[in-house]
Amino acid sequence: MGLFSKKNKEALNTPLFKENPVTVQVLGICSALAVTSKLEPAIVMGLSVTIIVAMANVIISLIRNTIPMRIRIIIQLVVVAALVTLVSEILKAFAYDVSVQLSVYIGLIITNCILMGRLEAFAMANKPWPSFLDGIGNGLGYAMILVVVAIFREFFGSGALLGIQIIPQCAYDAGYLNNGMMLMTPAAFILIACIVWYQRAKDKSLQEK
Amino acid sequence: MEHFISLLVRSVFVDNMVFAFFLGMCSYLAVSKSVKTAIGLGIAVVFVQLITLPVNYLLQTKVLAADGILGVDLTFLAFILFIAVIAGIVQLVEMIVERFAPALYNQLGIFLPLIAVNCAIMGGSLFMQQRIGLPADNSQAITCFADSIAFAIGSGLGWMVAIVLFAAIREKMEYCNVPKPLRGLGIAFITVGLMAMAFMCFSGIKM
Repeated sequence: MGLFSKKNKEALNTPLFKENPVTVQVLGICSALAVTSKLEPAIVMGLSVTIIVAMANVIISLIRNTIPMRIRIIIQLVVVAALVTLVSEILKAFAYDVSVQLSVYIGLIITNCILMGRLEAFAMANKPWPSFLDGIGNGLGYAMILVVVAIFREFFGSGALLGIQIIPQCAYDAGYLNNGMMLMTPAAFILIACIVWYQRAKDKSLQEK
Repeated sequence: MEHFISLLVRSVFVDNMVFAFFLGMCSYLAVSKSVKTAIGLGIAVVFVQLITLPVNYLLQTKVLAADGILGVDLTFLAFILFIAVIAGIVQLVEMIVERFAPALYNQLGIFLPLIAVNCAIMGGSLFMQQRIGLPADNSQAITCFADSIAFAIGSGLGWMVAIVLFAAIREKMEYCNVPKPLRGLGIAFITVGLMAMAFMCFSGIKM
């Protein structure tokens, strides 16, 4: 079996759109909403989750045959918690400002359902390499939604992207106002709803009932 | 005492776990199809929060902090220890409830294991860790053991209020004619968004 056989490619591709962890599997919503008021923390969060899911998938997949079924949840939690601690310390050391903005949500990656979901559903039953690809796929699928939501929220909420002013000063002089609502919590819920709406209108097989 | 009450009320309405911090969304969306199960899960969350948060508070201030019994700053271990405490206590609570309150166990049974990975519980502990350092006159500060209990009850109750209200709305929504692509998840998110807007009114309350 080649490194990028058809099955492996599927493990990487399907979570991006068809089986997107946020909009289709409904996993990891908490942090998807909380860190998206600006683009930069959203990107950092997306990358952190991608790395942690991929690493955790590989580790669990390597030791999957030695884990006793009864205590597997605890073992998974400990592996994830150790990885999250590592990422959190690295962020504190090299990207302190972002880690302050992300505050508790980095720690909450531990209880992010994407991790437990993928570990249970994929890593426990597959070899390390496909598990790695599955982790990357799901992490990127999650990061993608984060980035889309964050672009909308930062652009309409503060007229900027990545902290750089996009909407020119003359627009403000002419009476344009930032939509402060975009930075509040309700806007995040409604934006995700719009993404779900768009995706399900495009792909009828995802519609409920 | 005044701070106790203000912290409690604040964490139910103003700092609501769902509407202000997006915590516990996964089970919030999954287990809100009927009011009855929503109440069951809500009670279980309040219950577990009430036990784990004060335990984690003691762990944080007496063991992990630099001036704790070990005399070494071990706060980087907080994630692992908190999640271990939560998973352990959920298991313990499950066994105790099964032994001494079988009626309650039958109601909560399926929800208890779910709670170990509910971010509202872990989030509560992490917020508690963050708020220990706040100055005492801040209305969010957690300065003593009693405060941690107030925050535990408040955040748990806030989550319960949110899920019960949401489940009630969802039950009514069964009879509505929702556009096909919005059915299920989409309309659920819009509902939560509107509820969050309503809860934003509480943020003006000063105590």
